[in-house]
Amino acid sequence: MKATGDRTKVPTGDPDPCSVSARITEEPIRTDRLLDLGSRADGALLLFVGRVRDHNDGRSVARLRYEAYAEMAERELEAILREAADRCEATRIEAVHRTGELEIGEASVAIAVVSPHRAAAFEASRYVIEEIKKRLPVWKREAYADGSDAWVRAASDAPPR
Amino acid sequence: MRLSVLLFAYYRELVPAPSVELEVRSGATVREAIARLREMPGWEGLPEEPTVAVNREYSRPDRELHAGDELALIPPVAGG
Repeated sequence: MKATGDRTKVPTGDPDPCSVSARITEEPIRTDRLLDLGSRADGALLLFVGRVRDHNDGRSVARLRYEAYAEMAERELEAILREAADRCEATRIEAVHRTGELEIGEASVAIAVVSPHRAAAFEASRYVIEEIKKRLPVWKREAYADGSDAWVRAASDAPPR
Repeated sequence: MRLSVLLFAYYRELVPAPSVELEVRSGATVREAIARLREMPGWEGLPEEPTVAVNREYSRPDRELHAGDELALIPPVAGG
């Protein structure tokens, strides 16, 4: 998608200088490694980390399991990052989404954006997490403190019974 | 032709299996494949136009399917 007037990026016709990296992994996310990105020209590095919360919808959550359509999810995540790169003047965008069993407090998703100025970093990061929530083929099964568990689902789109 | 439909999350647990086999004509649309699936026992409650992916990309219901295509049912996502 092309940049529009209300975005921070001015279309130049040049190839996009922003590089992206999208990953779906069963390994714990090393968020510290994402703090080394960028160059001396980048005045902003923004790191967003989504973590497993100990409650949801009034229920006490013990842990989570994320399942992904991994091949599609990696491809879709990369598409999201490229869209963000087209919208903002970032120089590097990396995103990682975890799958498998996660304990409370563990990182489920991390998004790092490097850019010359802060506005583009905030804009790109926000775009990426919102699109992940809408589009990434990843599902979450919550295990509750009372021993039960359930798939987290949108109430409006009930699965077959 | 025989089509393998990939299942995830609660669709997978419904069967339960990671995929289900369907017999459809070559060139059948996604819509036709879904209609065939909804005729199978236990699948009556599947929406008429569930979100699907063909070859790992979100796809419209009128897309034609051919041998070797990878069709997947995508339940409401919950990543992040």
